[in-house]
Amino acid sequence: MGAFGTHTMWTEVGMELKRTVKFEADRDPEFARWISHTVGGERIRQCLQCGLCSGSCPLSLYMDYTPRRLMHLSREGFKEEVLSSSSIWLCTACYACMVECPKKINVTHLMYALKQRAIEEGFYPKRFPIPVMAQQFSRMVRRSGRITESWLVVRVFLRSAILRLLGMSKLGLRLFLAGRMNVRKERIERRQEIVALLDSVAATRKELAL
Amino acid sequence: MKYTYYPGCSLRGTGRAYEESLLAVFRALDIELEELEDWNCCGATTYLSVDELTSYALAARNLALAEREHRDVIAPCAACYLVLNKTQRYMHDYPDIKLVVTRALAAIGLTCEDHVRVRHPLDILLHEVGLKTIAEKVKIPLKGLKVAPYYGCQIVRPYATFDDQHNPTSMDRLLEACGAKIVYYPLKTRCCGGSQKGTLPEIGLDLIHYLLSEAQKNGAEVIATVCPLCQFNLECFQKEAGNHPPISMPVLYFTQLMALALGASAKTIGLQRSLVSIAPVLAKKEIAYA
Repeated sequence: MGAFGTHTMWTEVGMELKRTVKFEADRDPEFARWISHTVGGERIRQCLQCGLCSGSCPLSLYMDYTPRRLMHLSREGFKEEVLSSSSIWLCTACYACMVECPKKINVTHLMYALKQRAIEEGFYPKRFPIPVMAQQFSRMVRRSGRITESWLVVRVFLRSAILRLLGMSKLGLRLFLAGRMNVRKERIERRQEIVALLDSVAATRKELAL
Repeated sequence: MKYTYYPGCSLRGTGRAYEESLLAVFRALDIELEELEDWNCCGATTYLSVDELTSYALAARNLALAEREHRDVIAPCAACYLVLNKTQRYMHDYPDIKLVVTRALAAIGLTCEDHVRVRHPLDILLHEVGLKTIAEKVKIPLKGLKVAPYYGCQIVRPYATFDDQHNPTSMDRLLEACGAKIVYYPLKTRCCGGSQKGTLPEIGLDLIHYLLSEAQKNGAEVIATVCPLCQFNLECFQKEAGNHPPISMPVLYFTQLMALALGASAKTIGLQRSLVSIAPVLAKKEIAYA
């Protein structure tokens, strides 16, 4: 590969330049293999690049790579571009793409897979609330078996954006007065079953390297 | 008729009015609901994004508990409905997932043979009860109240077979049977942003903005929803959604409107829990309710 990576560089005359065409050598074949073997990715190599996923996606107008481009980049192994893309965090899992896809590629599920992989490999903006929310959510489920929304919101914002919690306190108060914010935590009777269930999943996953 | 009822966590929190009105509708139609004993969180969409195997196991505990009752399950929350259905699908399609889930259930003495059907109240009301019966039981017709029916994402997509995925009409027909007038609302299945309002607020608000302005433009007096998160997003951020002037429109669960028509009193169906009250609209229409 020449002097240019796919990152931006400043030339001696102070002009910002970037190689925008990707080379074979930029690819990560392991990533391409992984995506086509992950749940939902079985048919990704059949993608026609028709763009129905991007066209039906309500978030694609805010994305750096639309779902169609993301599918192509993933199956070709452009791992860094894919995992650092904002698109995987914009996806709300509305399933519009999956319903439209003529090749029945499970685009929504692949977005989930990419989210997981991006979290595992540390590709997300600092103080980004999604991983924090997921972490607090799973802790609460393990402890109580159910989610108490009011406590979840407080915990997430305490760990990611304290100032926004203050900004939302007025709404919180109105909801509380309407009886829509629980102070008492919801919990199930047989909480030990949840712990045993979660531990078993972790053990099987380890054993089978899933 | 008797069904197993899976409320889900939201119906015990921000979506309390959904549960209250749903129970009122089913009571009025003489359908018995029995709450699933010791149900747990379905895992929702949050869990799916970090740890899908665990989310299937959580959902499967509920399915396994429900199987012992040998009745169809009613899941009113969009996320629960999707996750429970998805878990059944994936256990069927992917042997690895089935193995992990089966072992996890065995650890707590349960089995899941995949013979419960997880259904949505829209499906039950339309196909089991029927429009004719509902129309006959209406005590307080909604007198042409203009409703924008908002289905959101996860009810009809991707697994529902009871309605059309592009242009669902089950809620339209149920509310029409109660005397409401359905306004043209082409964004009825467009996403509200879900939890995006919490994680990337600028984007979430933008989606909410379009849904509200479209409803107003088409003359709606109230938006009817089927999902606790949609209801929350559309009702609670009307000031922030960037409409000029800000839109102030009641956003109710479809079951609240139905329960009202079936003669339930406002208090028992959680109308007082709304942040934007529907009382002025009902007064204008001269709909006298209990």
